[in-house]
Amino acid sequence: MTAVADGLTLTWRNLLAMKRTPEVIVFSTIQPVLFVLMFRYVFGGAIDVPGVRYVDYLMPGIFVQTIAFGAVGTGVGLAEDLGKGLIERFRSLPMARSAVLAGRTTADLVRNMFVVALMVAVGFLVGFRVHTNALAMVAAFGLLMLVSFAFSWVFALMGMAAKTPEAAQAAAFPILAPMVFASSAFVPSDSMPGWLQVFADHQPVTAVVDAVRALVLGGPTAGKVFAALAWCVGIVAVFAPLAVARYRKTA
Amino acid sequence: MPETAIAVEGLRKRFGSVIALDGIDLEVPVGSVLGLLGPNGAGKTTTVRILTTILRPDAGSAHVLGIDVAASPEKVRPKIGLAGQYAAVDENLTGRENLIMVGRLTHQGRGVVRTRAAELLERFDLMHAADRVVKTYSGGMRRRLDLAAALVHRPPVLFLDEPTTGLDPRSRTQLWGVIAELVNDGTTLLLTTQYLEEADRLADRIVVVDDGRIIAEGTSSELKATLGTTIVEVRLEDASSAGTAGEVLSGVGTIEVDDDRTVNVSVTDSGRAVVDVVRLLDGAGLVIDRIAVREPTLDDVFLRITGHKTEEVPA
Repeated sequence: MTAVADGLTLTWRNLLAMKRTPEVIVFSTIQPVLFVLMFRYVFGGAIDVPGVRYVDYLMPGIFVQTIAFGAVGTGVGLAEDLGKGLIERFRSLPMARSAVLAGRTTADLVRNMFVVALMVAVGFLVGFRVHTNALAMVAAFGLLMLVSFAFSWVFALMGMAAKTPEAAQAAAFPILAPMVFASSAFVPSDSMPGWLQVFADHQPVTAVVDAVRALVLGGPTAGKVFAALAWCVGIVAVFAPLAVARYRKTA
Repeated sequence: MPETAIAVEGLRKRFGSVIALDGIDLEVPVGSVLGLLGPNGAGKTTTVRILTTILRPDAGSAHVLGIDVAASPEKVRPKIGLAGQYAAVDENLTGRENLIMVGRLTHQGRGVVRTRAAELLERFDLMHAADRVVKTYSGGMRRRLDLAAALVHRPPVLFLDEPTTGLDPRSRTQLWGVIAELVNDGTTLLLTTQYLEEADRLADRIVVVDDGRIIAEGTSSELKATLGTTIVEVRLEDASSAGTAGEVLSGVGTIEVDDDRTVNVSVTDSGRAVVDVVRLLDGAGLVIDRIAVREPTLDDVFLRITGHKTEEVPA
């Protein structure tokens, strides 16, 4: 019970801090908006995906990309807290040990909810349409939030290992870039060379993008959603305990 | 209620090949103030971190109000408050929000937390800035807020790790006033500091640490009695005449030859001593370049006890 209360107290604290630094949210939306514009209007014309308008193909990829890069904020925020000595105080307080991480990942979930909602609006502005129904769109949104939460744990672990916010930021890109770009986010994986296709078809970003795409565009859905859920649960099951163990050890 | 608030025996801690604590023993009676005095890297912060359950010791025992900190950290935490050398407050929250956060994390009711936050803001002269984000606070205001945050849950035992390091003299004096008030209210305090003056002002007993070991301890007046209360610092015009001057002045007080032209004389009666120093040196035909009377510093304490000056070791 106190673990939940303490986690919520720190969620409140992190959300207040986000509210006071709106530039962070602005910058975390500028990049995906640029990607939307670039792929919709610059590259999109040259990319041919059979049987679907490219803007409809693109937007689920953009949503997942936004979340993946947004999750880096979890690591950066934790590294910042560690550097400032605030966590030192938390360790001396009679509060739940899990609260610092839970409060951070939950606050980042709320931030990502806001950013993804914004990106959905941007998508509609550039011509994206949902081909299924509102319920499926809500399910897609829910799945995206679960992905956001799962990815946050990966970067929570990295943020604590990195020690400085700059290092946490820098370390994330070499991991994220191949995950996001060597996936089905922007182009179908069968357009890639065979060896890359093998990687693209067996990694979480593709699994999640395909599930979101199926939810909003239609076609066979259940298997894809199940695969995406399995990835999310797997990531949390591995990285949350690792992150908590790392937090306990980080002095 | 045990009579000993903090009891430490044979505490040892090493980080890799660096020995941070090499057998520390402390005993702090309830309601008293212990000053842990030493240079950077002496082991002060490590001691505080072990006592506040942040670090585990390698060997030895530490008890706060009779509770073993390594065995039952969760029972110790509600009874302690910690304010560190890096004001551990959230820059993006207001002063009031910072205190409310700590209040909630120590599981007090919402109403209680609000009242307590207002009370502390008032007491620490922060009411005018209560609803401003901490980013806009001065260094002294941050330290006061940090100290207030350590007191939200009314801990009977308080740890202050170099509370005034890096503050300007005015903020330092102000913070001393606040700490002195707390002590009057009966809080047990363990204070670490690099400043002899600070330990002197606030502590009932002073423990001097160096290299993870205790090298001296006693009340402020006991330490001063061995050190002399004042230092007359004489700089001579001729290089390499310090040795001779030391011999001439040996009857006035305890002599430290600082370099080839500077002599420090520790004395108990500075007025009398200055006259004697001038008269004796003049009589010996030694010309004084400069003469100054000052309070002993940590450097002087160290020079006396260890024979070497404080060395800057990364903390």
